Amino acid sequence: MSSLASSTVLLRARSSVSALYGFALIALALAFTHPLILLAVAAATFGAARLSGCQRQLRGAVAFAIPLALMLAVINALLVRDGVTVLWRFGELPLFGQIDLTAEAFVYGFLLALRVVVIIAASALLVAIVDPDDVLRRMRRTAFRSALTATLATRMIGVLSRDARRMDQARRCRPDGGGSGRRAQLLMVGSVAAGALDRAADVAATLELRGYATRVAPPRGDSLPYSRADRAVLVSGLGLLALLILGAAFGLASFEPYPRITIVTGLNELLYGALIVLTALAAPLISQKGRP
Amino acid sequence: MTSALSFDRFSYSYPGASAPALREVSFSLDPGEFVVCAGLSASGKSTLLRAASGLVPHFHGGTASGHVTANGLDTREHGPGDLARVAGTLLQDPETQVVMQTVGAELAFPLENRGLSRAAVARGVEEIALTLSIADLLERAVDELSGGELQRVALGAALAARPSLVLLDEPTSQLDPVAGDELIWILRRLNEEWGTAVLVAEHRLERCLAHADRVVVMSEGALVCDAPPSEMLSWAAEHQPALQTPAARLFERAGLRPPPSGVKEARATLQSHGLLDAPENPAPAGSQQRRGRPRWPRRDRPAEDAALSCRGLTFQLPGGREVLRNLDLALVPGQRTALMGRNGAGKSTLLRILAGLEKSTEGKVESEGRVALLLQNPGDYLIHERVDGEVAAEALADFGLEALAACHPRDISGGQRQRLALAIVLSGERPTAVLLDEPTRGMDRAAKGDLISRLKALSEAGTAVLVATHDTELAAAMAERVVLLSGGRIVADAPTAEVLSGGWHFATETARVLGGQGQACTPEQGGALLRARMTIEAAP
Repeated sequence: MSSLASSTVLLRARSSVSALYGFALIALALAFTHPLILLAVAAATFGAARLSGCQRQLRGAVAFAIPLALMLAVINALLVRDGVTVLWRFGELPLFGQIDLTAEAFVYGFLLALRVVVIIAASALLVAIVDPDDVLRRMRRTAFRSALTATLATRMIGVLSRDARRMDQARRCRPDGGGSGRRAQLLMVGSVAAGALDRAADVAATLELRGYATRVAPPRGDSLPYSRADRAVLVSGLGLLALLILGAAFGLASFEPYPRITIVTGLNELLYGALIVLTALAAPLISQKGRP
Repeated sequence: MTSALSFDRFSYSYPGASAPALREVSFSLDPGEFVVCAGLSASGKSTLLRAASGLVPHFHGGTASGHVTANGLDTREHGPGDLARVAGTLLQDPETQVVMQTVGAELAFPLENRGLSRAAVARGVEEIALTLSIADLLERAVDELSGGELQRVALGAALAARPSLVLLDEPTSQLDPVAGDELIWILRRLNEEWGTAVLVAEHRLERCLAHADRVVVMSEGALVCDAPPSEMLSWAAEHQPALQTPAARLFERAGLRPPPSGVKEARATLQSHGLLDAPENPAPAGSQQRRGRPRWPRRDRPAEDAALSCRGLTFQLPGGREVLRNLDLALVPGQRTALMGRNGAGKSTLLRILAGLEKSTEGKVESEGRVALLLQNPGDYLIHERVDGEVAAEALADFGLEALAACHPRDISGGQRQRLALAIVLSGERPTAVLLDEPTRGMDRAAKGDLISRLKALSEAGTAVLVATHDTELAAAMAERVVLLSGGRIVADAPTAEVLSGGWHFATETARVLGGQGQACTPEQGGALLRARMTIEAAP
């Protein structure tokens, strides 16, 4: 989290509020398969990321998600036989039986892929905007041991990934390049794992030295009042949740892929999608106009 | 008056260890005292500090006898968490000394654990950030920090709760000379202004002895000397010469007594003997004018006989920051070169590019053969279950490690690991150039001497040697040429004596004592110079 990024409203808001905002976007992507709504959530997610300076994290997550999503699309198109509009007959295959490519399975596979990408992108936004230190601080009050484990684990991820990078460089400095193939990989993994125990013990010792084990609860009523950033993000997050509930209650944006694609796209759906984008971007857009 | 720290016949053995790590240690530290803990590698310094912080035996297990009390809290009854209220501790590796994700959260963490209100935590964070000049890092992620920055943040976390006792294990090992000196000055300030008692274990005694009230020396787990700095240096001359500072060795070579605890004292003594000329303004390091006109250091043309050379080397980070800028360098076979510069000057990046681990953004590297690189942490090279799995038996014998063949590489000492890693990178085809990145971090003088001998042997066999280091004493003892980097550019490239005798920070202690006179950088050179002056003065 750079100092530039933390000047944006989503990063300044307290972690509970930012988490609500991120989870609301994920829930919308999980609740709807309608392409218009998925595109609206995608636009909201990427827009929020851009306005918060978190595009880099999202780009990395999407690059990871796309191969997975494409695989899902292909598997769905080849294995699901519920559609009625046959595009291509592959014939009989051992174990799989008759393989037909239907327009419905193809479209639904594509929408599943889009949904996976949007969910992973929204999750990446959630990780980027929620301050892990604040989450751990709040966890410490209610679940001490879980927070301890989480603190150790979050720190160890960074420490071990840097150790692995350094050890890989050291391996490449060996005259034989450290060997290749599975044996060399196993040696590297074993070495990082062996070092992990020492590293974990060192981090745990530091936790002891900083007084974690004998932590004293803070004085009662010692909570910060909600800032403008908190309130703005809270309103956006609650708005997204309200839209989710309304959409589900009124059966908006219904979509049935099988046996024949039934997709309702009217003014209601267009308005609903636009409302999602506007509600999600309201908080970051307000902060662009002045300090909240 | 309650002692800030007291050891009373304290002995300790790690679980499963054949010999005790501490033996009957007794000493005490008064409030407001600044004490340096000296000793060779594996002498028990780190264990002593861990015992003072309560990690020994509460965290590490093992068996202990005797008593350790910190501000009246007996470590038999109080663990490290309780002791954290009175003692701030900074251990060796800054990477594992931070536990939160951002600098601000890291500094707030010990204060929150004490149950302070949000306002008090915010004030404490602000105070310590300003004290250590890290206020501009507060919102940065700890993963983005350099080793030196991380060290300061870890020190900040140890000091945030304003403990009355601070325990530090080699706090300057990751820092360049400027940052290392600054850190010791900060400790001195805390000691003088807040009355904080300080116990610091350090290999580079010349850096902190001048600030110390006392020095305790550890050897094989026992406390063998507890005396003021000057007396300790006299003791070291007789019993453990490896603990003598360069200034003390300079005085010994010149036949002067008593040994000085720092540069100021040494200069005062020499001036009182009329052995030091009036101070003059030294020219900046390595920039001595040769033909009347000031100029930048010459750009190396890749000579035909260069073992390794680079031309127009530029390296840009993804964010656009240039780490190296249009850099030319040529290493001649058999020449030993020291590469110096502050943290972040581009030393490690240059070595990695020269060895082919990284690709430069622009420019090219040419070598006559294999380039061997020893990275900062020798432990990273060790991936097998036994020492003899890492390298052939002949190589083990060459490096004096054959007796350790059956040991696990993680169980051998730091110096032995270093030798083993060097044996690994030098095995096989003889390299035309050997590059070493900060090879003496955490090393005592005896181990440094061994490394210098090996590097000299390599260069005598025709290998070009390039060592990136912050250690001016190593550079003076080992190198024939010093290249000084700043902001990715070479700002000085000259013979060692010229560079290391003309600077303030990039100068050896001998050069600082003598003010650069006679371009003497090592105690041997300085001692010869002083003896010559004494002979002239004594002549009728």
